[in-house]
Amino acid sequence: MSVRLTSLACAAAILACCAQAQAQTYPNQAITVIVPYAPGGNTDVVGRLVAEPMSNILGQKLVIENVAGAGGTTGSLRASRATPDGYTLLVGQMGTHAASVGIYQNLGYDPVKDFEHIGQLSDTPIGLLVRKNFPAQDLKSFIEMIKAAPDKYNNGHGGIGATSHVSCILFTALIGARPPMVAYRGSGPAFNDLLSGQYDFLCDQIPHTVAHVKAGGVRMLAIATPERSDALPDVPTTTEAGLPAFQASGWNALFAPRGTPQPIVQVLNAALRKALDEPATKNKLESIGAIPPRAENRTPDGLRAFVASEIQKWAPIMKAANVDAPR
Amino acid sequence: MATASQIFTMLFATPVIPAALVGLVWGVIGGALPGLSASVTMALILPFTYALDPVSAIVLLASVYIGAEYGGSIPAILIRTPGTNSAAATVIDGYELKRQGRAGEALGVSLWSGVVGSLFGLFTLIAFTEPFSRLALAFTPMSYCALGVLGLSIIASLSGGSLLKSLAAGLVGMMVATVGIDPLSGVNRFTFDLPDLLGGVKPIMAMIGLFAVSELMRQSGGVDLGAQAAAGVRIVFPSWPMMKRLFKPQGIGCGVGLMEGLLPGGGGSVAAFFSYNEAKRWSKHPEEFGKGSVEGVAAPEAANNTVASSSLIPLLSFGIPGSNSAAVLLGGLLIHGLIPGPRLFEQNADVVMGLYVGSFIAILAQIPVGLMILPACMWMVNRPRPVLAAFVFLLVMSGVYSLNGAFFDVALVMGIGFLGWLMAKGGYPFLPAVLGVVLGPMVESNYRRSLLLSGGEHDIFLEDAIAVGFFVAAFFFLAYSLWRERMDARAANLKEA
Repeated sequence: MSVRLTSLACAAAILACCAQAQAQTYPNQAITVIVPYAPGGNTDVVGRLVAEPMSNILGQKLVIENVAGAGGTTGSLRASRATPDGYTLLVGQMGTHAASVGIYQNLGYDPVKDFEHIGQLSDTPIGLLVRKNFPAQDLKSFIEMIKAAPDKYNNGHGGIGATSHVSCILFTALIGARPPMVAYRGSGPAFNDLLSGQYDFLCDQIPHTVAHVKAGGVRMLAIATPERSDALPDVPTTTEAGLPAFQASGWNALFAPRGTPQPIVQVLNAALRKALDEPATKNKLESIGAIPPRAENRTPDGLRAFVASEIQKWAPIMKAANVDAPR
Repeated sequence: MATASQIFTMLFATPVIPAALVGLVWGVIGGALPGLSASVTMALILPFTYALDPVSAIVLLASVYIGAEYGGSIPAILIRTPGTNSAAATVIDGYELKRQGRAGEALGVSLWSGVVGSLFGLFTLIAFTEPFSRLALAFTPMSYCALGVLGLSIIASLSGGSLLKSLAAGLVGMMVATVGIDPLSGVNRFTFDLPDLLGGVKPIMAMIGLFAVSELMRQSGGVDLGAQAAAGVRIVFPSWPMMKRLFKPQGIGCGVGLMEGLLPGGGGSVAAFFSYNEAKRWSKHPEEFGKGSVEGVAAPEAANNTVASSSLIPLLSFGIPGSNSAAVLLGGLLIHGLIPGPRLFEQNADVVMGLYVGSFIAILAQIPVGLMILPACMWMVNRPRPVLAAFVFLLVMSGVYSLNGAFFDVALVMGIGFLGWLMAKGGYPFLPAVLGVVLGPMVESNYRRSLLLSGGEHDIFLEDAIAVGFFVAAFFFLAYSLWRERMDARAANLKEA
């Protein structure tokens, strides 16, 4: 018995030493970072903004690989099945790691169990936008109008599972009305048609809307975060406007496949936190309307808890809305 | 307006000129590699922009875009494989010219037309961004649906034989385009529980399969494998009389390219097919189209190169990318802290001016860069046929694999190639199928989107003047094509009698 115990202890010690040694030499080659969306989108931009300083800190290049398709789940599935050696990472977000659980019957991966959680990259506030000539001037009267005649007003979004889609599903579920939803291929075309007044309202991440809100092309009735945005300080929060339950943001976070050694996860997490603390990174994220993440979500455990809470928040809403894309 | 001294300072105090040249060369190479689209070519160079100042970074990306749009025509002409989606229409007459040993002439025409289209696009970008940007907002889902129908009506004039077979091929293309997750409802269509099909069949895969793989299969079945491929050895830059002849198709290409670039979702491939069709309609030699017409190369090349600049109008004005490549440029702007939109021209006038100047340099450099790269390409396609066929197969399959890093795509393209080979055997044309793949989603999604907006009422199409105009034009296109086919058949009967 004691021989067996001693053997086990030795094996454990050897494994621990190996993992430690691995972490000391890591990284010794370029790291692939899968972005599960097309180049140029919000997730891609955030991923690249953080990958650059992380490359400098780690001394190895973080190479972005865009694997788009199926609402970001194709790239996420591939990342979950990659070799867990720390050389394949994923920039996931609210759609791929929370709402998708309620959308796809067979997602192919578990956002909590199938990944090692490294840390959150950014938070992107969501605003409720209406066409510029929409009669309602504030959130309260807007809700009254929608509730009075839900079929009369159209809600545009950037496609099934997109942040613009799931956040407006939350909004309509909270007010108890279900206006017709009009899907576009991406939030860019959806925003274009709101700008030209083709439909009535859109829930969207604020970065690419700021210039148009300031120029009066569209109006933002409220921003779904606890605090006002520095980019649009005149826009009230949903709490101020009378719908405090409507809280939504399009977050991005860094993941590794399950089984990636913990010392490597720690190395990556330390590099990520250092990168986020750099003033240049902070300024760049803020310039596109994103917010650096809260301190607790920058840790692996914090992010894991955050992802689990986001699934609890979004999956039932998506299931209740019967947004179903069976795989 | 920037003064001459500001432009001079920009040119010589910042690395704008090297950025434009490096971007152009990389773009031409990336565009010429089948499967590596203009947007992916741009995304690959994106990390290198981090260290550059914003002006040079944006110039680098814009120059890649310009180079890739031109580069796509090189394999389209030489190996019947469009390097980018928008070079699909160039295959029609470009490859025919190559088969006739006039590859040098076709490459010269495509180079010159690319320069003309790019210069025109840049001119409109500089002079008319403000008024033209409003056009982008005038296009509704109903207009896009009608535009797609108008595009599909081109099938009738591309039939070159049986209209029925063309329509059948077009339907096959449209069916292929429905594969994947339906973007409007989220329902899986024809995916057969295969995760690799969830993202659908990309148009470039259909193009490579139908054009390149089917041609390789055809050649492999031939008896002249030992023969040298006849592509000519010299680049023939258009002479003055030729330039005059190309003026009309280039003008048509520029006009169509300008319109398509302004519309988010239009894109270079739609512009290329439209301009090809219009150039054929207004040509003094329509009978040459499809059999090796230089005008059939000039029009689509002028169009897709115009799009490279005109798609920047909605991008810079509204932050709305008109194409995938423009989306990467948008990413580049955001990474450098530049927010496109109405205020970009006031707050970052230096970047906008740099973009104009850098693009101008890249466009002019297209001629020397093209003339340097093309002889090497010509040398390659003049190798013995078996060597060339093996090289082309390797090139296109590695390109297909690089799209998603999936062997499934390689198998899919082989399957599409086999389908293309069968279609060729049965006398079914490829082009309607390609148009179906490109335009099918545009028609379907905008049709359904329009009905969602109207609550199911079709009247919404009649209330949109642009949509009505396009539908009427499509009707006349079809009626004219049917009438012409009947007249041709009658004339053939009379001749036989």
